[in-house]
Amino acid sequence: MGGAFNTSTPIYIQLGDRINHQIIRGELLPGDKLPSVREMAVQAGVNPNTVQRTYRELERMEIVESRRGQGTFVTENEDILVKLREQLKEMHISHFVGDMKMMGYTENEMINGLRHYLDVNREEDGLS
Amino acid sequence: MISLENVSKRYLNKMAIKEINFGLEPGHIIGLIGANGSGKSTTLKLIAGLIRPTKGKVLVNGRASNRFNCRDISYLSELDVYYSFFTVEETVKFYASQYKDFNTKKAQEILTFMNLDPKQKVKHLSKGNRGRLKIVLTLAREAPVILMDEPLSGLDPMVRDSIVKGLISFIDLEHQTVLITTHEIKEIEQLLDTVAVIKDGQILDIQNVEDIRFRENLSIVEWMTKLYQ
Repeated sequence: MGGAFNTSTPIYIQLGDRINHQIIRGELLPGDKLPSVREMAVQAGVNPNTVQRTYRELERMEIVESRRGQGTFVTENEDILVKLREQLKEMHISHFVGDMKMMGYTENEMINGLRHYLDVNREEDGLS
Repeated sequence: MISLENVSKRYLNKMAIKEINFGLEPGHIIGLIGANGSGKSTTLKLIAGLIRPTKGKVLVNGRASNRFNCRDISYLSELDVYYSFFTVEETVKFYASQYKDFNTKKAQEILTFMNLDPKQKVKHLSKGNRGRLKIVLTLAREAPVILMDEPLSGLDPMVRDSIVKGLISFIDLEHQTVLITTHEIKEIEQLLDTVAVIKDGQILDIQNVEDIRFRENLSIVEWMTKLYQ
């Protein structure tokens, strides 16, 4: 989990986003153990207190659960993970739509533009 | 655990520190940042008990700070203070003989982590490796307070990176509090809990770093620049 953080937004939130993305991509599966606070701090190059805060926040969102003396685990409650996946999708779409609206694009232009982009990039990325 | 109350320090006719007040929270990594000559090293030396305040009180664990503070405080000087005729190994042994809380096993772990050769003479070490050795000796002590004066200054990016990683790996924040002075803010800003800005011997502000990012959307460098203007 390398790569630099944006230093002008809270790091505990960015680290939480990274973990959420890993869960959605399936790199972390339900029931998987997260690295210990110290391991994660070393991997990410951040303060252990920051990692603690990220884990606490993810626990509050019920995405992970901590088991006494064992560590922190990705929830096995699939409903929550499905919800997380939906939430992130909606969030990114709303950013995109917000930006496009601000620049004055119409709904049709957005949809057609998106469709066109996906068509063009399909072969290169092997998307289907 | 550490507090400075109305502390001033005068060197002959120059005021280095002017009536500063602050306390350090245990279990945190605190960065003390500011320009050259702003009073960073003086503040550290006051806490370490290496110099006495002209006015005010420096309290460590409720007791007035004095030379015996070195029992509770692991202090990394910005100067090179080691015997150059010792090998790395001998330097570690010497330190182990001086401090009760020195953990030789931990020292060996950090030596390995830093890729230092125990047989090499201190006078033959490169500047980067001298910087790494200082980190080994400072972090191998299980002292409740660690003070580091410019641990990254004048070192290349690879050495700075290994030092930052070493700090994360070997500091035990459940039992230790760390105060670091530095110019290399970018390198350590992901490491800090709290940052204090000092200018002309006065503390301009102390803030939680995540709060600065959250409330003001600023990096530490940007925030400090704003305060300094």
